[in-house]
Amino acid sequence: MEPAAGAEPAVELEGVGRRYGERTALAGVTLTLARGATLAVFGANGAGKTTLLRILATLLRPHSGTTRVLGQELPRRSWAVRGRIGLLGHEPMLYRELTARENLRFHARLHRVPEARVGELLELVGMGRRQDDPVRTLSRGMTQRVAICRVALPRPELLLLDEPLANLDPSGGDAVEPLIGRSAGAARVLVSHDVEQGLAEADVVLGLRAGRPALLAPVGEVEAADVRALYA
Amino acid sequence: MRSAVSALIRKDLRLELRTRESVPAMLLFSVSTFVLFHFGLQRDELEGDLAAGVLWVTVLFAAVLGMNRLFVSEREEGGFDGFLLAPVDRTSMLIAKAAVLFAFLVVVELAVVPAFAILLLGPPLGQALPELLGILLLADAGIAVVGTLVGGLAVQTRARELIGPLLALPLLVPLLLAAAQATAPLLSEGGAAAAPGRWLAVLGLYDVVFGLIAYAVFDFLLED
Repeated sequence: MEPAAGAEPAVELEGVGRRYGERTALAGVTLTLARGATLAVFGANGAGKTTLLRILATLLRPHSGTTRVLGQELPRRSWAVRGRIGLLGHEPMLYRELTARENLRFHARLHRVPEARVGELLELVGMGRRQDDPVRTLSRGMTQRVAICRVALPRPELLLLDEPLANLDPSGGDAVEPLIGRSAGAARVLVSHDVEQGLAEADVVLGLRAGRPALLAPVGEVEAADVRALYA
Repeated sequence: MRSAVSALIRKDLRLELRTRESVPAMLLFSVSTFVLFHFGLQRDELEGDLAAGVLWVTVLFAAVLGMNRLFVSEREEGGFDGFLLAPVDRTSMLIAKAAVLFAFLVVVELAVVPAFAILLLGPPLGQALPELLGILLLADAGIAVVGTLVGGLAVQTRARELIGPLLALPLLVPLLLAAAQATAPLLSEGGAAAAPGRWLAVLGLYDVVFGLIAYAVFDFLLED
């Protein structure tokens, strides 16, 4: 999708860093992501991918650099982007004892989304028949589908996706495409360990090694071998 | 904010109805404590200061159980992140959690106060009940606010089961003192006297002061 004309970039980072105590989790990340574009982030475990996502989601404060998301400087104006960012992390952020529908209705009320959208989304991802089952009884793939519905509820302008297709079968991947795929129209930051799939989705590629950018280029200039080298 | 508070309260009450993790534990703990006091004090009946002290110490320890569970689902199931991503005032979580703890305490006391009257209390409770109800509600409000503040802080730590009581109990000493002093005349032998107004005022003041403190600092507890 082409970036909206005249709109500020979805993400602008300049020298962004974050420490946990003495350990540097992220350092010197500088990049710009246009609206509607997709940034694929690669890196080995502990490379700083999740830290980057959590900074963009306003859940972590950067310790250095400048962070602008959807035109707002973080963390100073975090409140202005809440509800406009969808985060799909390792945790589904669903209450296990509540049903799929109850979970989504809860989030719909927090985001002031009409409750009718809950049913629409659950039907769309093929969870209509299991919507009244507690999340603890759902398989991982089904839980992931519900979590994707949670992310898509407020129609976010920026999607932060950590292995979004994990646990999904091929039909699940197709079902969630309108919500978190390119056709959703949102800018996306996509963390993936699947090099081919990540490159196929990306407009820009960021490779992290020990928290530092080791690769940053438009996807046309990146070979799969360059990405695999990050894991060596 | 009203919509977020109501969504959080409904979610927490629904979770409690499904899991029954807090209220039954608080109830069982309270009744067990009365039985222990019964045998430990070697007395069949209590009245006055002693009765008030036993009642309030038991209620406070039961409240600590509820307080420790208050934020567990948010911590363990990603509820904090889900809430922080939503465009809602963070104070709504303070209000909702305090309301839920308050509701738990009221439900527990509906069973615990009659149990206390049957198992330990000497003088009849009937005449004192309306005033006792007022004291219970005032004290519950204070316990709920402090419990929410401390629960929110403790859940961020690894030793939350320890940190919660260690922080909450000293903070609740003024409330315990005022509640016990206000309750003692109601539980006296020879007929209930009126609850001293100044202790009721202390309870009210405690609620207001800690309500304001909680309002001022709760946002920071949710910060990274």
